[in-house]
Amino acid sequence: MHNSIVKLSLSIFFLLGVFITNDTLAKVIHSERSLYRNILVEDKGDLRCLKFNVKSNKTRQSCFLKSQPQQLVFNYTKQLLTGLLVNPEPKRILIIGLGGGTMSNTLHQLLPDSYIDNVEIDQSVINVARQYFGFLENDKIKTYSQDGRVFVKRAVLKKQTYDWIILDAFNGDYIPEHLMTTEFLEEIKSLLSAQGILTANTFSSSKLYGYESATYKAVFGDFYQVSNPDSSNRIILVRNNGLVENPNEAQSTVKYSENITKLVAELLTIGVDAKKLYKNMKSTANHQNWSDDSPVLTDQFAPANLLNIDTD
Amino acid sequence: MQTSNKLINFSHIYIYFLAFTSGFSIMCIELLAGRILAPFFGSSVHIWGSIITVFMLSLSFGYLLGGKFSTHSASLTRYGLIFIVAGITLLPIVTSSTWLMEGIFLAIEDSRYGSLLASTALFFIPTIILGMLSPYSVRLLVKNSNESGQVAGKLYFVSTLGSAIGTIITSFYLVMWFDINTIVVSVSLVLSLLGIVTIVLSKANTSFYKAKAQRDISHA
Repeated sequence: MHNSIVKLSLSIFFLLGVFITNDTLAKVIHSERSLYRNILVEDKGDLRCLKFNVKSNKTRQSCFLKSQPQQLVFNYTKQLLTGLLVNPEPKRILIIGLGGGTMSNTLHQLLPDSYIDNVEIDQSVINVARQYFGFLENDKIKTYSQDGRVFVKRAVLKKQTYDWIILDAFNGDYIPEHLMTTEFLEEIKSLLSAQGILTANTFSSSKLYGYESATYKAVFGDFYQVSNPDSSNRIILVRNNGLVENPNEAQSTVKYSENITKLVAELLTIGVDAKKLYKNMKSTANHQNWSDDSPVLTDQFAPANLLNIDTD
Repeated sequence: MQTSNKLINFSHIYIYFLAFTSGFSIMCIELLAGRILAPFFGSSVHIWGSIITVFMLSLSFGYLLGGKFSTHSASLTRYGLIFIVAGITLLPIVTSSTWLMEGIFLAIEDSRYGSLLASTALFFIPTIILGMLSPYSVRLLVKNSNESGQVAGKLYFVSTLGSAIGTIITSFYLVMWFDINTIVVSVSLVLSLLGIVTIVLSKANTSFYKAKAQRDISHA
């Protein structure tokens, strides 16, 4: 009896010790207040993370392992790669919202011949990505310090197209409302090539979930959702030419070929299990989890942030 | 005598109420300006720089102009007229903002100067007109130089309070309930209606005094 109490308290102490040392191990190596947010670079052993807001647990992070920079650490970056299963050979890629630049680095490694344009509103984030996250730029990878909406509008004017657009500008704390309207999605649509796809990483909850879903459906029709049970985000995956005829099988979009097999093997080396990605892909044609009468968001009506805090 | 005193008090309260409305309208429109510009010029920090610059600049001109305008036969009728003009000049924000911003977006690559030009084109004139109302209200309210400071103080209080309430109501609730265009049209309608009511009241007031004066003369 006495012995077990000692054991219990010892193990509690041990656990506490682990938590405390873990906490002290996390070291802030860079912090700054940019024009748009607080930026923190934190080292926790081998793991280096970019954080935008310390307090919130919904905050978006961009992390990588210093010893294995090509490994993808966070789920949402892995989820975004679902796009590759649907469109395995994108020649031109647009990433809106840079973070630490890990997505751009990974894609360049997977697709060395593809062109990648990164758009980030905050110059400080670009600087931090370059300095602390080994963000790679060359004649194929370009970075633009600009508002995403303005970049997209200009690109449409220049008649450019992209095979894959990655919209990663949202986080749990703040949504750029002009990037979640039917007008913006129409602009995105006209920027996509015929086979092009859009993957959006979004954090909408409460009322906004239905509004956002209805907005995407109004522009693109049905889409795939890749949800993650462990976190509050989901990936919206849209094909410019619509979903395949048989919506019961989201996976049927993915054509088995040599390319795919090669891709699956490559994904595995960077820590992404393609089979798991398959499983989490659901078509909204038969898995619609919002009500049909949800209003759409437009440039005239875009209270995304107000809807996201309304818990009624 | 007592009734005329009461009448004057009522008209003072009415003028303060109008000043409150103008303060409310200015900030309601300024807040919406950010949303109106965002689809073309984004939501970078310099967008708010453009908007606030244009609003401050046009308010400063409006104060100057309103003060000057009040020196020539100031009347409640002219005051009401300013409200109607303010309401009308807000309407292009609804009718012409899209093609205007499209043109500017095509002509100017740099979104700083694009947003500055767009907010000038859309908001400069209506904000000047709305700014004219403050000094004009002071002119209508001040009866002797002794009380002028106190009247100006009260007026700043009321119109800035209106601005504060206009800001919070618009950003917390109105944008969640209505389209941007609906809000702008409503502000325009309220301002124009208040202008018309003001003119009608002022005409009724003068005819009341005329009748009273005639009665006094005929009695004498």
